[in-house]
Amino acid sequence: MKKKFKMVDLDCANCAAKMENAIRKIDGVQDATVSFMSQRLTVEADDSRFEEILDQIVKVCKKVEPDCQIVR
Amino acid sequence: MQKNMEERNDTGHKGPFFPVSLCKSCIAWRFSMTGKQKKMLLRILISGVLLIAAVLIPLEGPWRFLLFLPAYFTIGWDVLWRAVVNICHGQVFDENFLMALATVGAFCTGFFGDGEYPEAVFVMLFYQVGELFQSYAVGKSRKSIASLMDIRPDYANIERGGALEQVDPEDVAVGDIIIVKPGERVPLDGIVREGSSALNTAALTGESLPREVEAGDAVTSGCVNVSGLLRVEVTKPFEESTVSKILDLVENSSSKKAKAENFITRFARYYTPIVVCAAAALAVLPPLFTGGGWGGWVQRALVFLVVSCPCALVISVPLSFFGGIGGASRQGILVKGGNYLEALAKTESMVFDKTGTLTQGVFRVAGFAPHGCTQEELLELAALAESYSDHPISRSLKEAWGKEPEQGRVTETQELSGRGVQAVIDGRTVCAGNDKLMEELGISYTPCTRVGTAVHVAADGAYMGYLVIADEVKPDAAEAIKALKAQGIRQTVMLTGDRKEVGEGVARELGLDAVYTQLLPGDKVEKVEALLQQKTAKGKLAFVGDGINDAPVLSRADIGIAMGGLGSDAAIEAADIVLMDDKPSKIAQAMKISRRTLGIVRQNIIFALTVKGLVLILSAMGLSNMWEAVFADVGVAVLAILNAMRALNLPKE
Repeated sequence: MKKKFKMVDLDCANCAAKMENAIRKIDGVQDATVSFMSQRLTVEADDSRFEEILDQIVKVCKKVEPDCQIVR
Repeated sequence: MQKNMEERNDTGHKGPFFPVSLCKSCIAWRFSMTGKQKKMLLRILISGVLLIAAVLIPLEGPWRFLLFLPAYFTIGWDVLWRAVVNICHGQVFDENFLMALATVGAFCTGFFGDGEYPEAVFVMLFYQVGELFQSYAVGKSRKSIASLMDIRPDYANIERGGALEQVDPEDVAVGDIIIVKPGERVPLDGIVREGSSALNTAALTGESLPREVEAGDAVTSGCVNVSGLLRVEVTKPFEESTVSKILDLVENSSSKKAKAENFITRFARYYTPIVVCAAAALAVLPPLFTGGGWGGWVQRALVFLVVSCPCALVISVPLSFFGGIGGASRQGILVKGGNYLEALAKTESMVFDKTGTLTQGVFRVAGFAPHGCTQEELLELAALAESYSDHPISRSLKEAWGKEPEQGRVTETQELSGRGVQAVIDGRTVCAGNDKLMEELGISYTPCTRVGTAVHVAADGAYMGYLVIADEVKPDAAEAIKALKAQGIRQTVMLTGDRKEVGEGVARELGLDAVYTQLLPGDKVEKVEALLQQKTAKGKLAFVGDGINDAPVLSRADIGIAMGGLGSDAAIEAADIVLMDDKPSKIAQAMKISRRTLGIVRQNIIFALTVKGLVLILSAMGLSNMWEAVFADVGVAVLAILNAMRALNLPKE
C-alpha cells in the first residue's frame, strides 16, 4: 500500500535525506521518499502492518529532526 | 489574490487535503512570515540588543564572560538543546552539534586564551539570521512553484431542486450535469450540453489565446471559463479527470531524482564526517608535534566545523530541478521527474511519429487544381458528389465546402469501392475519385504532384481538375525541427505507418534527416531499438508520439514525449514528458529549460564547493576567521537558493 503524508516543520534538506534513508531501513518498508520541496512523505509498506510501521517512521523522524511532525 | 484564495478555501472543502493547506501556507509566505519565523526574528532582535549592551558595559575577567551569556542563550538555546538531544539519538554530525561545538569552543578560547566572547555570540546570531533567511527563501520558492500548479478546483456547482449547490468535485458522479459560471474553473472533464463560452487554458497549456467551446464540445478540467455560463455533463470521475492526473504527476515528480541530486546526497554523507575528522586532526596534531599554543589551532578547527555542513548543496540542487519542472509546467510541458529533465539536455536523436505529432491528424483540403472551371465550382461538385459518403476524405470535402446540399440536387449516388463515387448533380453525371477511376473512365487527367491524396473530378466525361486532401503539417512543425537542430540534436527521424510518398513528402517539407514509412506499430519498436544501438553511449534518444499505437515505443525510448491534448491516457501514462498543447515546438523549449536548469545546478555545486574549499584551506593556514566560515555555510546556502530560483524563470529567446 502506498500512502502520502504531509510533513509540518521539515526545515532542513539534509534532514529530509537522512529521514528517507532511515525510513527505508525499517523492516516492511518497500519504498519511501521524503520530499523537502513538497514537504511530504510517500511510503510504500506492507498492508497488514502499516500502522505499526508508521509508528516506527514517526519515531525515526523524531530522532533526525525533533520539531518535524507527520500529519496522519 | 489573497482574499480570493481565502474565499475559495472557505467554500467547504473537506479534509486536510494537501494542496489546500499548501495554499494557506502560500498566503502566509506571500504577505508575512510564519509564526515560527516571526518568533525567530524577535529572538534575533533581542539577542542583538543584549549583545550590544554586553559589549558596551566595561567589566573584566569572568564577569565579562557572564555578561555575554544572556545574549548567547537567547539566540542559541534551541541549537544547544537540539545538539544534546540529537547526540542522545545517535545523530552526531548535524548542524546543531557543529554550531554548538563551534560557539562553545569560541567561548572557551575566549575564556582561556586570547579569543573574544562577542565572536561566539555573533557567530550564533549570524547563523540564525542565515537560517531564517534560508527558510524564508525556500518557503517563498516553494510557494511560487506551488502557485503554478494552483489548478485544483475547490467545488463543483450542481443544480438540485432548482437551486445551485456547491459540492466537492470528488462527490460528483459521471453523467451528472454541473454548471460552470464565468470566472470559475472547470472542475471535472465533460461535454458541454448547453451554452457557449471561451475557455482560458493557460494553466494547462501555457497558451494565452482562449478556446471557444459550444454545445457538444469536450471541456477539460483545470481550464477557466471566461465568458458564458456552461452546463457540462461529467464524463470522468474526479480521480481520473485531467486536473487530478496532472497534479498527481507533478507532485510525484520530485521522487524521481536526477543523477545530480543523487550525487549530492551521497556526497553529503561523506563530506561532513571527513571535514569533522580533519578538524579534530587540525586541533590536536600540530600543537602536539610542534608544541605551539593550543588556542590558535583549536580556533582553526572550529572554523572547519562550521564549514562542514553541506546544506547549501543539499537544498539548492533539488530546488533547481523543482524550479525547472515548475517553469516547464507553466509552459504546458509536464516533466515527470528531475531525471528526465536531466536526460533531455543530453538528447542527440529525436524520433517522431507522424500523424498527430508532426501533422494535425485530421484530413483537410490542402490544394486545388481546377481545369476549365473555378476553384469554388470544383469544390462544390466534389462535395456534392461525396455528400452521402462518410469516408474521412468525403467529410473533409464537405467541411471545406461548408454548406448543406439542397434536397434533390444530388441523385443516383453510387460508391465505387477503392476508386471513388459517381452521382448525378443538377442533371450532370459527376465522377470523383482517384487516378484509377479516371483511367477506367478513359478521361485524361493531370497527375497530382503534391503530397497527399488526390481527388479527381469529371463531369459528363469532361475533366474538371483535382483537389488534394492531406493531413496538414502542424504550423510550428518545421520551425520545431529547425529549433531542435539549433539545440544540437544530431539526428531527426520520422516513423510512420503512412504511404511512402506521403511520408517522404512530409519529411522533405520539414527537413528531417531520415524517414521510415509503412511501418506497423511493432515495426516502430524495432526501428527505435535499432536507432538506440546507433547513438553514442552518453547521448539519449527521445521519441515523440501521440500515444495512439505507440505507447510501447514511448516507454522503450530513453525519453518518451507524448502529445497530451490529443493523445490518449495511455500516452500520458507511458510518457516521461507530456506536451499539453500538442505543439512540437515546445520540445525545443523544454530542452532549453533543461539546459538552463542543469547550468544552474552546476553553478551552485561549483560555487558552493569552491567557497567552502577556499575557506577550509585559508582556515587551515590560520588566514580566515569565524565570520568567513559562517558566510561559507549560510551565506552560500542563501545565494545558492536565490540562484536556484532562476530555474523557475523562462529561458530568454
